[in-house]
Amino acid sequence: MKILVCISHVPDTTSKINFTENDTKFDTNGVQYVINPNDEFGLTRAMWFKEKQGASVDVVNVGGAETEPTLRKALAIGADNAIRVNTEAKDGFQVAKELSKVVKDGGYDLVIAGRESIDYNGGMVPGMLAEMTDANFVTNCISLEIDGTNAKAVREIDGGKETVSTSLPLVIGGQKGLVEESDLRIPNMRGIMMARKKPLTVLEASNPETETTSVSFEKPAPKGSVKLVDADNIDELINLLHNEAKVI
Amino acid sequence: MSVLVYTESENGKFKKTAFEAASYAKAVADQLGTSVTAIAINNSNTSDLGNYGVDKVLNVSNSELDKFNAKSYASAIKQAAEKEGSKVVILSQTADSKYLAPILAVNLDAGYASNVVETPSNTAPFTVKRTAFTNKAFNNTEIKTDVKIVGLSNNSFGLKENSASATTEDFSPSIPSSGVNVESVDKASDKVSIADAEVVVSAGRGLKGPENWGMIEELADVLGAATACSKPVSDLGWRPHDEHVGQTGKPVASNLYIAIGISGAIQHLAGINASKVKVVVNTDPEAPFFKAADYGIVGDAFEVVPQLIEKLKAFKAANA
Repeated sequence: MKILVCISHVPDTTSKINFTENDTKFDTNGVQYVINPNDEFGLTRAMWFKEKQGASVDVVNVGGAETEPTLRKALAIGADNAIRVNTEAKDGFQVAKELSKVVKDGGYDLVIAGRESIDYNGGMVPGMLAEMTDANFVTNCISLEIDGTNAKAVREIDGGKETVSTSLPLVIGGQKGLVEESDLRIPNMRGIMMARKKPLTVLEASNPETETTSVSFEKPAPKGSVKLVDADNIDELINLLHNEAKVI
Repeated sequence: MSVLVYTESENGKFKKTAFEAASYAKAVADQLGTSVTAIAINNSNTSDLGNYGVDKVLNVSNSELDKFNAKSYASAIKQAAEKEGSKVVILSQTADSKYLAPILAVNLDAGYASNVVETPSNTAPFTVKRTAFTNKAFNNTEIKTDVKIVGLSNNSFGLKENSASATTEDFSPSIPSSGVNVESVDKASDKVSIADAEVVVSAGRGLKGPENWGMIEELADVLGAATACSKPVSDLGWRPHDEHVGQTGKPVASNLYIAIGISGAIQHLAGINASKVKVVVNTDPEAPFFKAADYGIVGDAFEVVPQLIEKLKAFKAANA
């Protein structure tokens, strides 16, 4: 089985979010980048397939050279090959289009991406990629088993979960649950050393037109300060929630 | 040319998000000077849509669509958009609508903006405001394609009554075969889901152990609320993973979010930031949650929560 894991290069979850150039660009100053958490659960599940069922695992990112340390980290965790499509990621459609070429050329059976990236939260790349490559698609995926070309997946739905049967070729929008937090791997020294020698292929982009343009960013208006209510005066809290906030 | 809205049903009835999406579609249609068409799938009574400004309902009844299937549903919506010549398609952001949206976008050659929180600030160029960086910021996005898909963040626009008499027309799209088949659905019917809840009661490590969640469930029960938890609590296995809210868990956009014994890590706050009113109960007055909350009580959950339950019961009885 040939597996491709799509890796987004995103600000660490603790990052302070600021913007520059008249609020049109994300301020990368002082920001630590990580593998998108939703992608990391998928990568770890891919490693499980590799070790338990026999599979090759490639990782791919659409982005500039600055994303390579994140791809190297995925190699250090155990991926075999890395691919970087050399272009700035501008919108979900463009990224999906670039990835669809990689998927078709590479003949992958299973593609695992995160259900969304934690920076732009578009939530569209896996679904678009599936449709562009005529693959089956399951998102919000919290469990995945593969048997030959058959797959069984569990999808998180509002208020519960749904079990589906499907088959390869398949694109997954993954999240926590594909593996548990405790299963995530921290690269060890040997993995890091080996990752330096593993192939990282840079592909020229096909540069399709984007469908959307990011115009500007805004930060939420600063919040007023909290109204403190005395622990012995619960009536006052109920009064505020009823008469002031009007939520009960 | 009408604005098309997909009004989602469950067990033959519209979800609340369907009425919100319809209300929003009406506002967008007014901006564009056009009417609103809704597509409803296997819904037994579509007339309520008129109350939210829908002019026409394309009513699909097809047993092949009894179970949700992203590809089949996307195909039905695509055919409705083509039939109506719609340039703008409105979806809500339930798990199912988020699932079908990118498939629909590819099939309609449409640009898609997800998590949109307001009506377009401009219709030419078509520009919408959406959340990004998991609610830490907003992103103004222009959709450049001829056909545009807007995913409306749940609970961001609200319900707007707008009396119109909706005409209903039977619609029979052809349904393609799909390679994904639903085997089983596991959904607690007696529990409010975090996505649908107007009130969410959430608790953290301050509760000291899973055995102490009885009072959280009771508080949620009194308020008709969903229960949620912080990441450490789900990592420790005190509560199921599907209750984890935050940046890597579920987003929350409720009217009222009550956090008990949650300190308020930046990732947690990001995930619940879209909630309108936030209440925190924590023993530590320095807990970061107090900076994000609207109302706070510095106190011990084990003393405050039982009192809150009693007082709320009395309040509910008096206001019933």
